[in-house]
Amino acid sequence: MKFAILVYETEQDFAEREHTMPAYYAYSQALAAAGVVAGGAALHPSHTATTLRLQNGQRHVQDGPYADTKEQLGGLFIIDVADLDAALDWASRCPAASRCAVEVRPLLPMNQG
Amino acid sequence: MEARRAAERVARDSYGRLVAYLATRTRDLSLAEDALGDAFLAALRTWPERGIPPKPEAWLLTTARNRLIDGYRCHHRQEHALSLLRDGLTTVPELEPGDRSFPDERLKLLFVCAHPAIDASIHTPLMLQIVLGLTAAQIASAFLMAPSTMGQRLTRAKTKIRDAGIGFELPDPDHIGDRLTAVLEAIYAAYTVGWDGIAGGDARSEGLTEESIWLTRMAVTLLPDQPEAQGLLALLLFCEARRPARRNSAGAFVPLSAQDIGLWSPAMLDEAEFWLRAAASGRDGAQRMGRFQLEAAIQSVHVQGRRCDRTDWESLILLYGGLLQLAPTIGAWLNQVAAIAEGRGWTAGLAALNQIPTERVGSYQPYWALRGHLLHHAGDFGAAAASYQRAIGLTEDGAIREYLLGRLRALTDP
Repeated sequence: MKFAILVYETEQDFAEREHTMPAYYAYSQALAAAGVVAGGAALHPSHTATTLRLQNGQRHVQDGPYADTKEQLGGLFIIDVADLDAALDWASRCPAASRCAVEVRPLLPMNQG
Repeated sequence: MEARRAAERVARDSYGRLVAYLATRTRDLSLAEDALGDAFLAALRTWPERGIPPKPEAWLLTTARNRLIDGYRCHHRQEHALSLLRDGLTTVPELEPGDRSFPDERLKLLFVCAHPAIDASIHTPLMLQIVLGLTAAQIASAFLMAPSTMGQRLTRAKTKIRDAGIGFELPDPDHIGDRLTAVLEAIYAAYTVGWDGIAGGDARSEGLTEESIWLTRMAVTLLPDQPEAQGLLALLLFCEARRPARRNSAGAFVPLSAQDIGLWSPAMLDEAEFWLRAAASGRDGAQRMGRFQLEAAIQSVHVQGRRCDRTDWESLILLYGGLLQLAPTIGAWLNQVAAIAEGRGWTAGLAALNQIPTERVGSYQPYWALRGHLLHHAGDFGAAAASYQRAIGLTEDGAIREYLLGRLRALTDP
């Protein structure tokens, strides 16, 4: 069963990324060693985001993230594990879990065709 | 305000004793808790006007008893229960203020909470609620569970206790040892939940460590000839005595070998030693050395080692061997390997580590941290770095992650 581990980071976390990188590197290595990785990505900070809406066929482009919250999505890991408990075990090892928060969500099964 | 404070004092000092007294007579925990809750509410209403009664505990017991009898009457409960109540509760003992002479039934309550017919995972929460009066919400937060879920599970367990007819009596002497194990394990689980919570910087669970020590003291007082209860008390005191030294001022994890022993509590350590000796001298030939005495003895050797700058590793290897015989947990196995490495050298340690089947340790952080440590000392830096890396990726604890990252840095840029 696939789950997304959504990584939330504070502004300070984004500023200190160079410092937290080794921990994230080790985390993704551990996921790989356990054979549970199904994908993932790290994102640039939210000030690099551009939000777009189409209204009456018009593009409305806005500088900044969709939700202007204190904590921002910093990246995600997709893992393939047996159940939610296993997903939560992995989520709690993610460095963001003790620094800010991680959100775990099951993926909808996609047609492979 | 005076009345509220008095009620709070009685609640703090006597809640468990009052519930225990009522529950052993009604055999219904929920009913006893509700009646006592009503009695406390009544106290808050009437004490400010009429003054605090000279015997607050007796007042609360009488009020709760009347609630119970009224409740039985309205619900037309069976006559049997009503007579049980009347016999058991009509004569509320004469109590002096602060008097503790009414029978202490809390130990019976502990045995009910950890009864084998009750799901083991709910033993500890039940104990915290019924004996210590913690709310379902407080317990849920310590166990990382939704309050409503915890509330339902507690209610279900109490219904089971009532409907299954679990007796509110102490087990007979032949069985007390087995049943006591479950009680002690539930108390120890409460302590480790509190301890983990502290690691996560959660002040709410800090109270749990104190409450667990308090419960163990109670078990030791009420069952004076049980070495394992004394062993658990010694173990908890050893852990608690070292707590202030376990984190540095920045909150980072400090391993035992680097702890500032000036921060240890000498009084608590002395008391721990006292109970460990008491357990050893009270043990007769038929009683096996139990898990908690072994773990307390291990703590004792470590503490002595730091105090005298010389650790008796061979004793530790033996003690961990004893634990492995009782229950071959991976944690005890790793600790024995660490002791072998310290006492007999890195090569012997690595050889012992390689005995552990890898399928048991794939995602077990302490294994990789120890492997990194041993390979580091054995001079295999590349393999050591890979093992540290794996441990860092597996830990849940931010402070331990920082510690391991520091070890990794020391390895890569000497």
